[in-house]
Amino acid sequence: MKRILILFTHPKFEKSRTNQALVEGVKNMEGVTFHDLYERYPDYYIDVAHEQKLLEEHDVIIWHHPFYWYSCPPLLKQWIDVVLEFGWAYGSEGNALQGKQCLQVITTGGSEKVYCADGKNMYSINEFLRPFEQTARLCGMKYEAPFAVMGTHQLTDDDLHQHALQYRTIIDSLLQGLALQKIESCVFQNDIPELKNQDAL
Amino acid sequence: MTGSILFEIIIFLLGAVLCVPIAKRFGLSAVLGYLFAGILIGPFLLGFIGEEGESILHFAEFGVVMMLFLIGLEINPKDFWNMRKTIVGMGGLQVILTMIASFGMFFLMGYSWKVALTISMAVALSSTAIVLQTLKEKGLMNTTFGASSFSILLFQDIIVIFMLGALPLFASEVHGPATDDHGHTNLMEDLPLWLNTIAIITSVALVVLAGRYVFVPMLRLVAKTGVRELLIASALLIVLSIAYLMELVGLSPALGAFLGGVVLATSEFKFELESTLEPFKDLLLGLFFMAVGASINFLVIAEAPLLITGVVLGIIVLKAIVLYIVGTVVKLKIDQRLLLTVALAQIGEFAFVLLTFAFQLNILDKAQLDMMLVVTALSMTLTPILAILNERLVLPKVGVKESEDRPMDTIEHKHKVLLIGSGHFGNTVGRFLRAHGVYATILDNNSNWVDRLRRIGFEVYYGDATRVDLLESAGIEEADIVISAIDDPATTMKLVKIIRERYPHVKLMVRSKNRYEAYDLLNVGVERVYRESLDTSVKLASDVLSELGFRKYTLHRQAQKFIKSDEEGLRRLASQPRQEEAYLFKAREEIAAQEKLMEADWQTSLFENDHQWDSEQRQMVE
Repeated sequence: MKRILILFTHPKFEKSRTNQALVEGVKNMEGVTFHDLYERYPDYYIDVAHEQKLLEEHDVIIWHHPFYWYSCPPLLKQWIDVVLEFGWAYGSEGNALQGKQCLQVITTGGSEKVYCADGKNMYSINEFLRPFEQTARLCGMKYEAPFAVMGTHQLTDDDLHQHALQYRTIIDSLLQGLALQKIESCVFQNDIPELKNQDAL
Repeated sequence: MTGSILFEIIIFLLGAVLCVPIAKRFGLSAVLGYLFAGILIGPFLLGFIGEEGESILHFAEFGVVMMLFLIGLEINPKDFWNMRKTIVGMGGLQVILTMIASFGMFFLMGYSWKVALTISMAVALSSTAIVLQTLKEKGLMNTTFGASSFSILLFQDIIVIFMLGALPLFASEVHGPATDDHGHTNLMEDLPLWLNTIAIITSVALVVLAGRYVFVPMLRLVAKTGVRELLIASALLIVLSIAYLMELVGLSPALGAFLGGVVLATSEFKFELESTLEPFKDLLLGLFFMAVGASINFLVIAEAPLLITGVVLGIIVLKAIVLYIVGTVVKLKIDQRLLLTVALAQIGEFAFVLLTFAFQLNILDKAQLDMMLVVTALSMTLTPILAILNERLVLPKVGVKESEDRPMDTIEHKHKVLLIGSGHFGNTVGRFLRAHGVYATILDNNSNWVDRLRRIGFEVYYGDATRVDLLESAGIEEADIVISAIDDPATTMKLVKIIRERYPHVKLMVRSKNRYEAYDLLNVGVERVYRESLDTSVKLASDVLSELGFRKYTLHRQAQKFIKSDEEGLRRLASQPRQEEAYLFKAREEIAAQEKLMEADWQTSLFENDHQWDSEQRQMVE
């Protein structure tokens, strides 16, 4: 069984019903370490050694965060800046993350249809997430197609429940080492070069 | 004179009080003021002071001893050790060259070689009193010129012992009492040389050991009694005992005092001793300069005005040339070299002792002694005048205005931050500063505490920081920041008022116990007030709320907002006049004020306007 680290980053978790539903479903699963960054580092003073140890102990890293201004909340950026050190995460000596899987789980207020060339946001989710995708790639991780829960303002309780179940299914598959694309109930943002090549084969 | 000691004291004090301000008014140094005061009250002008001027001179020489002790206090032993080459090199060169030149001069004037040699010894010595006092007065101690002067003077202090020892060897027959006439007893007279040497080494070791193991424990004991005048008594006791011991074995008391000072330089009482002895030293030196002025025998000058003038000028020129050469050899910058040249060109106070001793040994006759005493006093009087001419006429032409503020490596660097109070609060402040390489000068008036902190490696000094002299010794003039970490509000207020009034350039950062003390501090104009009851209590409250299930990051933001709004409220409320009655019913006022605060929290809806990341808000927009 794989070990999964969920790096959850939300500055106002208590006000986010979408994320509460998502987190509630997965945080106590066997094999999952739920790591609440804003609760752990309210003053942004990140314990780098502790974070690196956690990363080393897990096979799958999940960046779970709301999609703010086409990016992540500042604490996650801070985390990336200080934890993914040269010589540890990347560089000729940096291979601590080599071969691990990386999945980004995001929630957006806007619906799927606004994230395309014709929509008001002009670009797709994948295009906005390129920096994260490349960060994972530079560290030698396999960047999975992101899972996005979109249009959160319009979601009914039933929708929320469905999404929570999907998140659980995804975690389950990851724990067992199954390919995510096989999960038919979920929509992934799969405009990723490597994944497309794989599909073509 | 009537011999009334009170009358004499009044004359001296009056002379000083009248002449020094006048000298200052004309931009002259205080030393010159004292010298003229001495001439004025001396036997040849107003005649208030007669022959007793001589004994006053000997008494006042103690000011030089104190000055050396104080200088020693400012040099820690390691720095002193580093200076040894400069001291021997520059000092040795100056003394040897001056002696050769002046021996030649007096020998050519027709004196016997013994007389010429004796006089040349006296000529080689400069005046520690005048030079160092002037340096301190002008704040030039930390320049290369200041350091060089100090090195040379220190060497002269050491070499004079050997000169006094050598003089009896020239004496053909002893005339008059063999002991010097200061009334000091010299135990060593009859001892063989080797015993003498042992005695000298032992007494030096004794001063060093006593500094560590007797003086410091004694001061601690006295400090615990909290009786201020006992500290003054102890300070005087220390200097007097060292001086006495040194005279007993035939060493220069000034040198011994310097050594004692160096030993105590690293103790916590450094600033306390400095500030206590400073006024005594200044008064005694003032007295000393006046006595020098009074001792100028104008009858001798009147008898041979040309000869005296010639000798004085000759000696000054000769010493100046030698000093210029020494300055060149050690590669001083031209302006520093010129300052050195002029500053040390006089004959010093040791000459009085040396010449008188030589007269007793029958090496000099009365006429020679009188002439040289006058020459010495005149050259001392001329020094400050020459210095002024040098500064105003020569130096501006040289052009190279060397930065005088170049810190001298050898004198302990004064810190830019003063931390007052080293209890738990101040200590934490000090530790955090130290972790960043900022070594504040720490003052505290709890001697037990000071002792303990020093043992774990903090640089803490004992003393009451509300005393201006202590603050000055601790270097408040050069300080950028003064931190008050004092517990007692009344003491804090006293300190703050002194600093605001006398040192407005200093940034004050003040700990306050509570709201009310903070109001008072803000009202006297302190801007940086740190309430010890604010941040920590908010942090505790945040942690309580976190235990109750609130999110930590939200609490973090709320705490910052709360502290900020409380600080603003504090400043707002501080400016409002408070009623007298409210002071009387302080408890009631306190409760009412707290209620008001809470009401204000509610009204400004402190906890209701953090809309950041609130998805409900955006939902309405979309």
